[in-house]
Amino acid sequence: MSILGTRVVRTEDPKILTVGGTYVDDLREPELQGAARVIFVRSPIAHARITGIDTEEARQAPGVVAVLTAADMDDLGPPPPPTEGGEAPMPLGGPWQEPLLAFDRVRHVGEPVAIVVCDDSYSGADAAELVSVDYEPLDPVVTIDDALAGSTLLFDGTDSNVAVTAGGPADADAFDGCEVVVEQTIVNQRLAALPMEGRAVAATFADGKLTAWVSTQNAQIARFILAGAFGMDPAGIRVVAPDVGGGFGAKVGIDRDGIIVAWAARHLGRAVRWAETRSENLVAMTQGRAQRHAIKIGGTRDGRILAYHLDVIQDTGAYPRMTGFLAMLTSLMSAGAYDIPKVQTAARTVVTNTTPISAYRGAGRPEATAAIERAVDLFAAEIGMDPAEVRRINVVASDKFPFQSPSGALYDSGDYVSALDKVLAGAGYQELRAEQAARRERGDVVQLGIGLSSYVEITAADAAGGETGRLDVHDDGTATVYTGSSAHGQGHHTTWAMLVESELGIGMDKVTVIHGDTDLIPLAVGTYGSRSLQLGGVAVQKAAWDVKDQARAVAADMMEASEADLELDAETGLWQVRGDPATGRSWAEVATHAGAQGFTASVNYTEGTPTFPFGAHVAVVEVDTETGKVRLARHITVDDAGTIISPLQAEGQRHGGISQGVAQALLEEVVYDSQGNPQTGTLVDYAAISAPDLPSFELLRSETPTPVNALGVKGIGEAGTIGATPAVQNAVIDAVSHLGVRHIDMPTTPSRVWAAINEARGS
Amino acid sequence: MEIALTVNGSEVKADVADRMLLVHFLREQLNLTATKVGCDTSSCGACTVLLDGQSVKSCTVLAAQADGRAVTTIEGLANGSGEWHAVQRAFRAEHGAQCGFCTSGMVMAAVSLLSENGSPTEEEVRAGLEGNLCRCTGYHNIVRAVLAAAADSASAEGTGA
Repeated sequence: MSILGTRVVRTEDPKILTVGGTYVDDLREPELQGAARVIFVRSPIAHARITGIDTEEARQAPGVVAVLTAADMDDLGPPPPPTEGGEAPMPLGGPWQEPLLAFDRVRHVGEPVAIVVCDDSYSGADAAELVSVDYEPLDPVVTIDDALAGSTLLFDGTDSNVAVTAGGPADADAFDGCEVVVEQTIVNQRLAALPMEGRAVAATFADGKLTAWVSTQNAQIARFILAGAFGMDPAGIRVVAPDVGGGFGAKVGIDRDGIIVAWAARHLGRAVRWAETRSENLVAMTQGRAQRHAIKIGGTRDGRILAYHLDVIQDTGAYPRMTGFLAMLTSLMSAGAYDIPKVQTAARTVVTNTTPISAYRGAGRPEATAAIERAVDLFAAEIGMDPAEVRRINVVASDKFPFQSPSGALYDSGDYVSALDKVLAGAGYQELRAEQAARRERGDVVQLGIGLSSYVEITAADAAGGETGRLDVHDDGTATVYTGSSAHGQGHHTTWAMLVESELGIGMDKVTVIHGDTDLIPLAVGTYGSRSLQLGGVAVQKAAWDVKDQARAVAADMMEASEADLELDAETGLWQVRGDPATGRSWAEVATHAGAQGFTASVNYTEGTPTFPFGAHVAVVEVDTETGKVRLARHITVDDAGTIISPLQAEGQRHGGISQGVAQALLEEVVYDSQGNPQTGTLVDYAAISAPDLPSFELLRSETPTPVNALGVKGIGEAGTIGATPAVQNAVIDAVSHLGVRHIDMPTTPSRVWAAINEARGS
Repeated sequence: MEIALTVNGSEVKADVADRMLLVHFLREQLNLTATKVGCDTSSCGACTVLLDGQSVKSCTVLAAQADGRAVTTIEGLANGSGEWHAVQRAFRAEHGAQCGFCTSGMVMAAVSLLSENGSPTEEEVRAGLEGNLCRCTGYHNIVRAVLAAAADSASAEGTGA
């Protein structure tokens, strides 16, 4: 029996559980002995001109090696040319250029202005206090409305704070034929990505070669970015991703702070290292979401949705690092799991004097799902129909796949009705509704809310970008995998070894998996967008097939048999004449016969289309109607990501995703005051979700293989977040809907819920 | 100042700056890097170690305060013959670690929790781990691991092992 689909504990864990993972700041490489610490001097003001920087006193402080500003960056070439087009996931450039160290203007609190390079971090922090920067404050552009008003512009050479636009208003006749039309403005609030390890870089420059250890999801992209920034041949740069303590999209490639640290190593010709503090992380690592939606949904009184319009405004923070990409993904997935005849979108991406926005677990798709799932509930409430029934009527029918969604995506495969029915049955939906009715009848202080979401998402959206995998089988019968995917908690080392064992019968304990080193794996994309298994994993599978073909020819030669008569017993890992185990030859024997190099196969696997995982969630909440406090009592999910290779880890991905989804619905929000000062700049103020905020989750199994790849797999990394957020938000509103509450924005904090109840009662 | 303490069972003497935090002493002077720094407000618990058997956040303890005391990090949690602690075993069996950054602190907090309450309820485990943040697992498998470790220890005691 294949190991695939069985419960396998991770190969990564023994190290983590005994000596700890080796993250950037844990590296004790000889080259990093005596590395100087880099301390950033950051803007304390949201929007200002820099009129002077005095570093003299800091330079004299004990232990200081150097104090560097933009003026010292004369060894860098001109900035890269502007990005073509407006929806690529890369910086917009042109007049919207993001500098490395700020020189003339700062555009958000936390923007790097100077660095102190110092023997130790304690002295460095002292010295950084001595750097004196003169700021001439400018009016801050804090909110989306500030940005749209445009009375202050962030960038010279532009005539608006709107960086990218797409789509437009609904056609005049779009809602013709609708008996009911509902509109609502919805805030999808800004969140901190908050990987437990913040950003960190260590770097050396010796003999013309730059080596950078980066806490990144993509070593190869980081190398590409560094080469561009420094005008260097990529061959002169080695980027290594050691163990990485979470990323969630905010560690794609390398960002300006990391580039500055690598530059310092190159500029000074010495080893330096930097691991950001959490207080830096919460103002300077990219954040996520930060959209505002205007939704309009219409249909018939018997529950058929006929038209939907979504107007997205993406607050992209101080610099458009992702152009209009996030709003584009939201628009692409706006129709959700529904077969709606008419769907149109409009999208604007605006700059504000806040921390830049980039990918965060889901990156545009949770926003799309939150909008449509709120819209469906609002529509259901308006026509007085059970939201489960409205979903059953409108989700894409199972015989319609592949399905061309009205918002432009081609859904490869799915069974949305079954997912919905399964989660409703698992939750005991009818019993929950009965319990809710009883509490309402009694007028209980603590009311029950039941929230649903039916979702579809897109994984490996850039499937054509592909992923690399190389497999070597050595003459001692062991194997080494070089993968372009880059684990930072997803357990690739375990899963890729399972794939090799399944294909070749080489035990997992004999398989070494290597990732994240550009000297060993120069060509790769890395990890984001739930792409790893379906691209990087399939690449390993295909490399194994190639190795098998090579080995079959060698084994035939060895055993003086025809290739057609040979088989590999994937249970024992023995090559044998078909049906005759007595003839068995091990991988060590066959690889030895092949010659000193054994076998090797390299694959760059590209997929024609993305895949579309789907599912349905039910959240059950209790809301104290006197205090507004919400308790998530149960969370039940179906998350169908095709064939499951590692059930233990697929469940782990769902757990983590659900938790971050619940966090958005109930707790977390990055907040600025009217001057653009962060109000959530430490973990004391940012309401990161913790264990007592959550129940254990109830996960139901569903596996609908995709026809897109040979493993039948889709991505699972972000599904939980996408499905959970609207289910929980809908549950909170459902709990108090009988009091007249129609909508509550996230996070549904006690004060917001309490205010909504009182407003409804008063009206 | 001069300090003398026991770290993972070994006597350690060192000269430390007055303001040096215990976590930095462990990581930078002793190269015990399993203990992580995840925040600067004593909120995340990644730096949790045992001080005389009780969990503390080592970012909120001065190295000088550990003078004359015993510190245990996850590197010293296995017994003398290298056998893992029940909490370590349970974290692996229940998939309690993903990226691993919170894990050292989470395990040490769990060890301390179970030493105070050998058979906690799920609610008690969740409350006991409130000061330790994890961004990957949604706490689901961490809670399962702690409950499994409690059951494992209880059954080991029951059989006289």
